Amino acid sequence: MVKKIFALFLFSGVFLYSCGSGGSQNEIKIDGSGTVYPITEAVAEEFRKIEPNIRVSVGSSGSGAGFKKFVRGETDISNSSRKISEEEKALAEENGIEYQQFSIALDGISIVAHPDNDWVKTLTPEELNEIWKADSEVQQWSDIREGWPDEDIRLYGPNTAHGTYDFFTETINGESGASRTDYNAVADYNVAVQGISSDKYSLGYFGLAYYEENADQLKLIGIDTGEGVVEPSLETVKDGSYKPLSRSLYIYVTKKAAQRSAVQKFVEFYFDNAGELAKDVGYVPMPEEDYEEQKSAFHSFAFDTLEAN
Amino acid sequence: MNRAKINRLKDKAFKYFGIFASVIGIVILAIFIGFVIYMGIQRLSWDFMVELPSRFAENSGIYTAWMGTVWIMVFTTLISFPLGVGAGIYLEEYGKKNRWSSFLEINISNLASVPSIIYGLLGLGVFVRMMQMGNSILAGALTLSLLILPIIIVSTREAIKAVPSSIRDASNALGASKWQTIWHQVLPASFGGILTGVILALSRAIGETAPLIVVGALVYVPFAPQSPLDEFTVLPVQIYNWVSRPQEEFVINAAAAIIVLLGITFIMNGIAVYFRNKWQNKMQW
Repeated sequence: MVKKIFALFLFSGVFLYSCGSGGSQNEIKIDGSGTVYPITEAVAEEFRKIEPNIRVSVGSSGSGAGFKKFVRGETDISNSSRKISEEEKALAEENGIEYQQFSIALDGISIVAHPDNDWVKTLTPEELNEIWKADSEVQQWSDIREGWPDEDIRLYGPNTAHGTYDFFTETINGESGASRTDYNAVADYNVAVQGISSDKYSLGYFGLAYYEENADQLKLIGIDTGEGVVEPSLETVKDGSYKPLSRSLYIYVTKKAAQRSAVQKFVEFYFDNAGELAKDVGYVPMPEEDYEEQKSAFHSFAFDTLEAN
Repeated sequence: MNRAKINRLKDKAFKYFGIFASVIGIVILAIFIGFVIYMGIQRLSWDFMVELPSRFAENSGIYTAWMGTVWIMVFTTLISFPLGVGAGIYLEEYGKKNRWSSFLEINISNLASVPSIIYGLLGLGVFVRMMQMGNSILAGALTLSLLILPIIIVSTREAIKAVPSSIRDASNALGASKWQTIWHQVLPASFGGILTGVILALSRAIGETAPLIVVGALVYVPFAPQSPLDEFTVLPVQIYNWVSRPQEEFVINAAAAIIVLLGITFIMNGIAVYFRNKWQNKMQW
């Protein structure tokens, strides 16, 4: 018995190692942002119904980790909730990877507090900067505005792996990655939702979808830019009036991949359906004409490639 | 109160502490399993097992995830079992007790406490990039094998140590070679213990998420693996992704997937217990 088991392990190991499979023209590899992931997953799900032979696989390792693979040519398409950085650009160039960026949907970042918090109605971008900047001295609510409680403020936000963190710090603090570090940095936004909804003196920020799914447990705070107070919503993000915390979500496509007809089909399908599907998973679609614009941009990107050859 | 009474009291106190210590693990496990089943059982169905992930929580399934888990576990077993048991036998039976062997021993024990994400980074550097395996099942299984090898080696050695040396002496006295002694006497006698160690190690590997994400486990993979060089997703990665979704229904899916993962672990442990008992009943000197 023991002999048989040992022998089985050895033989099957050798046997299985010796078989394998190569990559195929009909594979599309996608990785990147966890924020964009639900949209791309939805597109891949629908795409599979009309093109069952094209194998689209989607990862969710984060915008930064996704670009690390993308600039090495390990993926065809990279999801991202921020623009590609200078260092990543340089790496792509070094490796001879040509690519183009396409917008696929919009997202707002919501500032939220506990529902019993009756003193905060609005915050200005300057106040947000005071709260979140790298050397912030805000420790209590009263440090933000006179008359607010002398209670410690407890802050929640995404950790440094998130594109949302990069975007927020760049928009509010002027430099991507410049942030105070003594806040609850979460990997999973639901942890922030739980934290804020169980602590009267908390404040935090994350994507609008997480607020909308938990609206009964959270209080949304409007942004006062001096031109009136705007709260994030489907409409205010779509028409661009929710400033400055609205952003585009992107996919990046390599030139090499754009030459393949499988990828062309997929990306075109993406622009045709992303608006509708984005709504399904809690994001804000771009105006219709923007999708057309992105589509024709992709056409010339893919077409140029063919001509150059 | 005289001394005898105090001693009896101490005895009782320790007994109750012992009961508390033994029960607490079971109670926590029961609460955990109860909670997960309460949340997830409503989603468990045949469709859930054979469908692909979807943007609609109620249409989502875990087909590729559990297939990926099974593939990964099979390959992890194939790789780590012969290597781990081989190393354990060598260290216990052949290796001379000198400075070199104690150096090896300390390092193997140290390896057992390296955080799993470090193994993930090692796997990414060596298997995925240097050896060009890509984010394949093979790369994932090799990474998990590295992770659990120390546990297998240590438990193999413990099992072999437990074989009475009189067995070896008797075998040697009858003129058996070292290999004959190991193959016909030591291994059969210790196989139950070795198997227990291997299964415990595999049970750890099946729940690992971090190293596999680093190696490149994806989330949406619309096809079951067909070869060890295919891309993959596994249950823990799917669970992790669902738990971090904003919609409550995905969290219910995650609970249902946890039940399946627990089920696979229980089945694996069950097989191990079966083999071990069969083995131990057979061995009689």
